[in-house]
Amino acid sequence: MSDKKKDELLHDHNNDGVNRRGFLKCMAWAGTGAFCVMQGGVLKSYSLSRFSELNTAEANGELSFVQISDSHMGFNKPANPDVAGTLKAAVDKINGLAAEPEFMLHTGDISHLSKPEEFDTVDQILKSAKPKDVFYVPGEHDVLNDDGKQFLERYGKGSKGAGWYSFDKKGTHFMGLVNVMNLKAGGLGTLGHEQLEWMEDDVKHLKASTPIVVFAHIPLWSVYPEWGWGTDDSAQALAYLKKFGSVTVLNGHIHQTMQKVEGNVTFHTAASTAFPQPQPGKADSPGPMKVPAEQLRSVLGITDVNYVQGQHALAVVDSSLA
Amino acid sequence: MRRSVFIAGLAVALVLGMGVFGTGRKGSVTSAQEKMSTMDVKIDNFSFGPVTLTVPVGTTVTWTNRDDIPHTIVSTDDPKAFKSKVLDTDEKFSFIFSKAGTYPYFCSIHPKMTGKVIVQ
Repeated sequence: MSDKKKDELLHDHNNDGVNRRGFLKCMAWAGTGAFCVMQGGVLKSYSLSRFSELNTAEANGELSFVQISDSHMGFNKPANPDVAGTLKAAVDKINGLAAEPEFMLHTGDISHLSKPEEFDTVDQILKSAKPKDVFYVPGEHDVLNDDGKQFLERYGKGSKGAGWYSFDKKGTHFMGLVNVMNLKAGGLGTLGHEQLEWMEDDVKHLKASTPIVVFAHIPLWSVYPEWGWGTDDSAQALAYLKKFGSVTVLNGHIHQTMQKVEGNVTFHTAASTAFPQPQPGKADSPGPMKVPAEQLRSVLGITDVNYVQGQHALAVVDSSLA
Repeated sequence: MRRSVFIAGLAVALVLGMGVFGTGRKGSVTSAQEKMSTMDVKIDNFSFGPVTLTVPVGTTVTWTNRDDIPHTIVSTDDPKAFKSKVLDTDEKFSFIFSKAGTYPYFCSIHPKMTGKVIVQ
């Protein structure tokens, strides 16, 4: 097996949620950064040390944006007593990227307790980021006590239902989904009937060659249902996207980077800017993981995404804050 | 059984007069409340402990969140028998169970967390 072949993620044929080899490989990258290029449904992955093997055109795609997630403003426990500081570090990282992102996605848990001052602090910190447009979807921590009313007022202008929406950038269709509302006892994340209907209608008229980017807080693939890391009706949502050649799903919630490829769909979860969580099943609970202070920034991060037109490829790069 | 005792009591009261009955009854209710225990449910590592709690009617159950992450206690009945606000670390929620029955509940933020209170 050549080196190149060895670093490719393999398809998951049994649809059981996690491709073991790919999963282990991605876990090995967590905190070190990874570069993934999807071509024709195959995710080709490179560690950052092999980054130079890629040509500049691929690295500096025509559409560039950045994903941040799980800033948990207001969290002040030992796992990270300064979440404002690490969010600022994430902004510095974004401002230092070679290819300036056009906009940002925030995949939820902006705040820790849905307090107005927590949202205010995040808004203030993100103002110093070079990209001025930020597209948000809520995490479960953003819709506490008021069924998401405040979130909608702040970030959901022009959105449908509980805050879902779509938009187009340079030929790529983006869909921001909400899967943290009306959660049922014993269940996982939920999109709900109304949102699924909207999705079906939203993509109906798009050409199959249109690249699709879906972003939502809770993973739309079954990462680890025992910890609630999945979405009950995500299969229905993905069924509407079957005709598309390139679908990239960006999630947060699990505070660690992970990737999986299934047919035409590449799933990716981003690191948190606040605190890490344990690998699936590697602790008693998915609660905040305390790491030595000097290591904290190596397990937090941002995700930078580049789309190369004409090459049918989306490149997803995770960078730690260290 | 209980009912017949009550009826017997009522008959005695009628004989002794309402004033005496009223005082005596009041006293017995107070002492019954004193006997009723307050039970605790601890939230640790994203789970309720104990998961199933059995208590006598009238018990006050208090939940305490000992995680670094907020949780809620929400009845899964329709209509909801009880619903807490979001509990941050070390915050508590109490509910008095005045009727017998089974009360399933969950954390509406982490719906995999479920528990129940059986009131007898």
